[in-house]
Amino acid sequence: MGDSRIETARDQGRPTPESNIMAVNSPNKVADASQGFELKAASFTLPIIRLVDSDIDAVAVRLGAKVEQAPDFFHNTPVVIDLSGFPSDAGTVGLPLLVGLLRGYGMIPFGVRGGNQEQNAAAEALELAILRDSYVRAGKSAAKANPHESDAGTELDAEPLQPRSAGISKGEPPTRRASTGSMVVARPVRSGQRVYAAGGDLSIVAAVSSGAELMADGNIHVYGPLRGRALAGMSGNLEARIFCQDLQAELVSIAGHYRVSENIPAEMRGFPVQIFLDQKILRIEKL
Amino acid sequence: MARIIVITSGKGGVGKTTTAAALAMGLAQRGKRTVVIDFDVGLRNLDLIMGCERRVVYDFVNVINQEANLNQALIRDKRCDHLYVLPASQTRDKDALTKEGVGRILEELSQIYDFIVCDSPAGIEHGATMAMYFADDAVVVTNPEVSSVRDSDRMLGILSSKSRRAETNDEPIREFLLLTRYDPARVESGEMLSVDDVQDILSLNLLGIIPESKAVLTASNSGSPVILDRESDAGQAYGDMVARYLGEEVPHRFLHTEKKGFLSRLFRG
Repeated sequence: MGDSRIETARDQGRPTPESNIMAVNSPNKVADASQGFELKAASFTLPIIRLVDSDIDAVAVRLGAKVEQAPDFFHNTPVVIDLSGFPSDAGTVGLPLLVGLLRGYGMIPFGVRGGNQEQNAAAEALELAILRDSYVRAGKSAAKANPHESDAGTELDAEPLQPRSAGISKGEPPTRRASTGSMVVARPVRSGQRVYAAGGDLSIVAAVSSGAELMADGNIHVYGPLRGRALAGMSGNLEARIFCQDLQAELVSIAGHYRVSENIPAEMRGFPVQIFLDQKILRIEKL
Repeated sequence: MARIIVITSGKGGVGKTTTAAALAMGLAQRGKRTVVIDFDVGLRNLDLIMGCERRVVYDFVNVINQEANLNQALIRDKRCDHLYVLPASQTRDKDALTKEGVGRILEELSQIYDFIVCDSPAGIEHGATMAMYFADDAVVVTNPEVSSVRDSDRMLGILSSKSRRAETNDEPIREFLLLTRYDPARVESGEMLSVDDVQDILSLNLLGIIPESKAVLTASNSGSPVILDRESDAGQAYGDMVARYLGEEVPHRFLHTEKKGFLSRLFRG
């Protein structure tokens, strides 16, 4: 049974969103007006989506029903994905799909917690923050220090949002795989087959059958009918594009922004097209 | 060295066993030493189609388990001296097939025969993967309908990744398409996928088109491979298929409905 649980502090009937924001005072605050910015820490209470099943399709159905009940509640809501209940052997392939799904419902997934090493790496590739236990503890102690929040009793479900200290203090960009992993496939990609060009472009010089899955960190080119799924920019590259000679895809996705066959305009089907992100909106254009 | 041919499809009921029997019989009739093996352990049918069900003593699993030797299990066809049948066990399940055991038997048969035809069970589970693992050639039997085409496509994917040839980076398995139960009248009225529709998705070397025919059921029930029925369209189509497999150029027949000839119109009028 597929299930996703949405746990949120806001479910507790708090009066205003403002009360969910906890300002943490001076110890963490580094104010320096001469540098033109202030660096300070703050805690936020946020909804968490706890995954307990690797079946993304089932999750999608349940999530759809949930969002239906209160579409405004989820619009532009930052959410954290909790992987602690997720089967650790389930791999990471579902994560990009889940992120796309959440974005599709107007949510802003920005971090994960409770994932294993592999899942964290996948999350990092999607430019999601890894919310480690240290952040959680910091949040809890902060809550205790704040008399207005101490009676809330919802800390378990809340995830404090803090900048990724590692990235800022070291001044290094997040680690990226070198973009050398381009692949060319000259045989048809059959139903049930999955091709992943990690760190590069994927070119298919044959047909891609329905039920096949193409994934690439870079662009995807298909010189033949594309009937399966194509997911470009798997590691969050918003510039990635999909090019195909004959668009009949079941699903196309760029950096987690996706469209299923049903939402691909009929006038594009069967034509050579390119698919790209424009202001984070997936666009399909005839070539 | 024998050529190992797997008859596969993914989907059940499309005509794998009929095709395996016809291909084996056709090759044997052309003087090729041929053995046909039923890999459908637990649901054996090939012996019925071949009409040797009452002569089964030992089976494939007995030979794998070394309870019998190959010569005890092989059944010689009464109609053709060059053809032997290795029946499946009906009392065991497909897990009885081990890669080592199957490999050993195929190796042994390769020394004696020219062609080994493996009749795969439906599905993509153990029995089917055992049947295709050692193959040199694959005949993918497909009906002109969407689910059969998709399953064949899936099977082709497995063939190209999970066979011995794929694992040892050898030359890939030669893949052929055999379209069965083809009904030109229904294709023309748009009810059935056409050869082009199927090829659009599978794009394979087309080995033959077997028309929908009452002769197939009759042949199965009487235990005589349909290829022996030279009067029937299906029998002739299977004959063409064997010729094409052996490299002959034979035009495809039975693609269109029979045009009403001048004489038949004359007599009807």
